[in-house]
Amino acid sequence: MRALLALLVVLLLGSAAQAERLIVSVSNHRVTVTPNYSGEELVLFGSVEKDATTPADRTAYDLVVTVMGPRADMVTRRKERTFGIWINTDYRQFLQVPSYLALFANRPFDAITSPEIARRQQIGLNNVRLTQRVSGDFADVVPNDAFRSAFIRLRTERGLYREDPSAVTFLTPTLFRTGIPLPAEVPIGTYEIEIKLFANGALVAKTETAFEIVKVGFEQFVATTARQNGLIYGLATAAMALMTGWMASIVFRKD
Amino acid sequence: MQLYLPIADLPVNVFLVLAMGAAVGFVSGMFGIGGGFLMTPLLIFIGITPAVAVASVASHIAASSFSGALTYWRRRAIDPALASVLLCGGITGTTLGVWTFTQLRALGQLDLMIALSYVVLLTTVGSLMFSEGLRALMRTRRGAVPPRRTHNWIHGLPLKMRFKRSKIYLSVIPVVIVGIVIGFIGAIMGIGGGFILVPIMIYLLRVPTSTVIGTSMVLTLVTMLFATLLHAVTNHLVDAVLALILMVGGVTGAQFGARAGQKIRGEQLRLLLGLLILSVGVRFAIELVIRPEDLFTIRELGVST
Repeated sequence: MRALLALLVVLLLGSAAQAERLIVSVSNHRVTVTPNYSGEELVLFGSVEKDATTPADRTAYDLVVTVMGPRADMVTRRKERTFGIWINTDYRQFLQVPSYLALFANRPFDAITSPEIARRQQIGLNNVRLTQRVSGDFADVVPNDAFRSAFIRLRTERGLYREDPSAVTFLTPTLFRTGIPLPAEVPIGTYEIEIKLFANGALVAKTETAFEIVKVGFEQFVATTARQNGLIYGLATAAMALMTGWMASIVFRKD
Repeated sequence: MQLYLPIADLPVNVFLVLAMGAAVGFVSGMFGIGGGFLMTPLLIFIGITPAVAVASVASHIAASSFSGALTYWRRRAIDPALASVLLCGGITGTTLGVWTFTQLRALGQLDLMIALSYVVLLTTVGSLMFSEGLRALMRTRRGAVPPRRTHNWIHGLPLKMRFKRSKIYLSVIPVVIVGIVIGFIGAIMGIGGGFILVPIMIYLLRVPTSTVIGTSMVLTLVTMLFATLLHAVTNHLVDAVLALILMVGGVTGAQFGARAGQKIRGEQLRLLLGLLILSVGVRFAIELVIRPEDLFTIRELGVST
């Protein structure tokens, strides 16, 4: 039974198999963030493998790379002037949105494919789905929504959201590379990379890979303890305060 | 040297934070105050979120007030009975304060409330202290004697208790209320409250100057330790690394400040302190009134991994 199923899967895959296959790898699958980490750049390499069914005239490829960090709920708030002072008044909650998001391509997104496919494949920051909770409803809104664009702008300013339509370079017509910049305040967790290959505006192949960002050292130990053992952490901090104060009174004792 | 602060989630220059700690320590040693009202704003100005600043400064103040309290204890300048009654109020106030802090944070109004409290409290206390210092300075210029202290309505309240070390006979009601108020604002604003507590104890409760500073330090110490604990348990916002750097800078600076303070006359000291408090309050007021650079802010509600 199982063998039959496996055969079926192979057959199905075989029939759906595209003329191109993508083979990719990142320079480092596990990035460790140390206390003096100040950002780094990963490199994604890959090549387009053609097979016998590839149309002979297909030579020019376009590539879109999407890197997505661990997902989280986020709240965007807007200040308004009330009684002469600036107060947070309105807010939107973004549900399970990537904490890091990068979109790279080898040429402008609108030159790669049609607006329709770009929207469906979430190509470009304007087309990425960012679900908002709007009074009980869950929906993504139009790209020029004030909260959505402010959200993307603020994340971009911190280097956590980015799009660069010239980051992917084709070294040969089938061999490509792109850098993935990771800022100093990069969130930890699992990062998914989606690589989409386009030819003549149509999606012809797609693959995925991932890497992981872990924080190591004392600093991470502190952060984890603070979150998981709040009481012990608080007691330790209080004890540290007492120790420091006591030591100071001994060191600087005048009489 | 850059160091990554684990809870503030921000790289900072160690020497900058150390220098800030020392500078605030110097001022606090000079005036005999905790210095939280300077430290918290400074941290906010270098980019640490108000919530983390308030929670971390609490442990920093605990350290500096502990070293101060030990010194006063050795000089027998602490009234244990008065301190315990104050603490009853202080612990209650701190609990209420941390609870309010959590609620405001969930509503997204915490930063505003911190800024507003700074404006109201610091401009009021600052101008009172400044004008009082100015009057005192004029009096000494003219050579007039300060007006004699008289008993006020507070001394007519029931539930009186004798505080031996301070040699006062006083109702516990105002003492507990003062404790609650100081504990509450301390937990929300990240201040020890010494700069308000000492004047209140001198002018309203008529506590003699011999025990006032030592006793107020005990209240500051315990409320701030308690606030550290509660902030750590409920909001996970205490940055121990940041606090340690601040403590080391603070206690060192305080020693030099205390020596400098002895060379300045009392009235001038109060005038200067009043001016300092007032300017921090005004700084916050300006921040609230001018249009912020960015009207939008983002807060992460925890990464789900």
